[in-house]
Amino acid sequence: MPWTREQMADRAAQELRDGFYVNLGIGIPTLVSNYIPNGMSVQLQSENGMLGFGPFPYEGDEDPDLINAGKQTVTEIPTTSYFSSADSFAMIRGGHIDIALLGAMQVAENGDLANWMIPGKMVKGMGGAMDLVAGVKKVVVIMEHSAKNEAKLLKRCTLPLTGAGVVDMVITDLGVFTIDRKGGGGMTLVEVDPDTSLDEIKSKTEANYRVALKNR
Amino acid sequence: MKKVYPDAKAALAGLLKDGMLICAGGFGLCGIPETLIQAIRDSGVKNLTIVSNNAGVDGAGLGLLLESRQIKKMISSYVGENKLFAQQFLAGELEIEFNPQGTLAERIRAGGAGIPAFFTRTGAGTLIAEGKESREFDGESYIMERGIVADLSIVHAWKGDTEGNLVYRKTARNFNPMMATASKSTVAEVENLVEPGQINPDHIITAGVFVKRMIHVPNAVKHIEQRTVRKRVIA
Repeated sequence: MPWTREQMADRAAQELRDGFYVNLGIGIPTLVSNYIPNGMSVQLQSENGMLGFGPFPYEGDEDPDLINAGKQTVTEIPTTSYFSSADSFAMIRGGHIDIALLGAMQVAENGDLANWMIPGKMVKGMGGAMDLVAGVKKVVVIMEHSAKNEAKLLKRCTLPLTGAGVVDMVITDLGVFTIDRKGGGGMTLVEVDPDTSLDEIKSKTEANYRVALKNR
Repeated sequence: MKKVYPDAKAALAGLLKDGMLICAGGFGLCGIPETLIQAIRDSGVKNLTIVSNNAGVDGAGLGLLLESRQIKKMISSYVGENKLFAQQFLAGELEIEFNPQGTLAERIRAGGAGIPAFFTRTGAGTLIAEGKESREFDGESYIMERGIVADLSIVHAWKGDTEGNLVYRKTARNFNPMMATASKSTVAEVENLVEPGQINPDHIITAGVFVKRMIHVPNAVKHIEQRTVRKRVIA
């Protein structure tokens, strides 16, 4: 069995460190907040202007003035601060956020990321994704390994880019890859789902990669 | 000089003209100047270019101005929640200029601060960079983005005094403070209107110098786009 969404989120949570400021994208990345290790203190950033947010409110306590970047109602916690969109992206672009976890349509072996538009389809916009990948210290993509038998890990992205050379790590339902985007060392498969063979990964990956499995 | 006007129509009188550029505060439907948007709809002003992170939803926020076909162009980062938007865009009736959200925020901040352009890493090597000047700083590639100065800014605040000093509430702050600075004609709607001295000066987010006119909206309707809750566990 490939990893479930929950297992992928759990694996992604292992990239967090005590004291980190973290931005979680929509979809599987949102689930990562359920797997923050006990005793670890991380603050979640929401790019609409909030640092440190809690769970969804109790029924009846929803506040229209208190939402996350997915426009969902959330709650305040003792560490919460609010700020403007300009200050929010000063945090992001200025390299003050330690890690961003986000979804993707395609990732290339050089760290290029595509996740905002498909030519010919209605484009909704990039929101804050381009700023996040350009500014956050470490960018981790969480996505299905392939879509309808089409590889998503490619030599070069075919879709318009969200960022060029921005991805540090990719967690799929089949394994974990690191990308040496600054050093030009390419992509390395470092972990494999125990039920998935290296051959299967090879057949579902267009990108070139080295295999250097870590003992876990 | 009195900044407080009796209603939105009066506050916008003389400030609206066809083809103008308007900055409209808010993120999604949170912190939007809905009363001022309604008054712009009622005015019938046309061919507007609107700078706003989103384009409202069907029936609320800037969705009202899409319904009445008063918007020619949107400058936004995300417009996903609006069926009417998609229809008008696909029919070629509406232009859209997508800006990365942080670039949009900074363009407005820069415009309001008298900075005509700046360089950012955001979007370097993407479609967003096409046609823009690029430059290398310290070995990294950056693209030039222009500041935005609007003909009119409309913002929503939680509290304001009659001098135009504003305080926002929670995540309803979002784009409002920058937009308040990005025009010589900024109109603010405030949920609570107080006399000068009743807001602790240390807590003022937008100084009154940026606000030209204001209205009191004690019964502002607020919308929730994604109502997410957890069940109360009764012990």
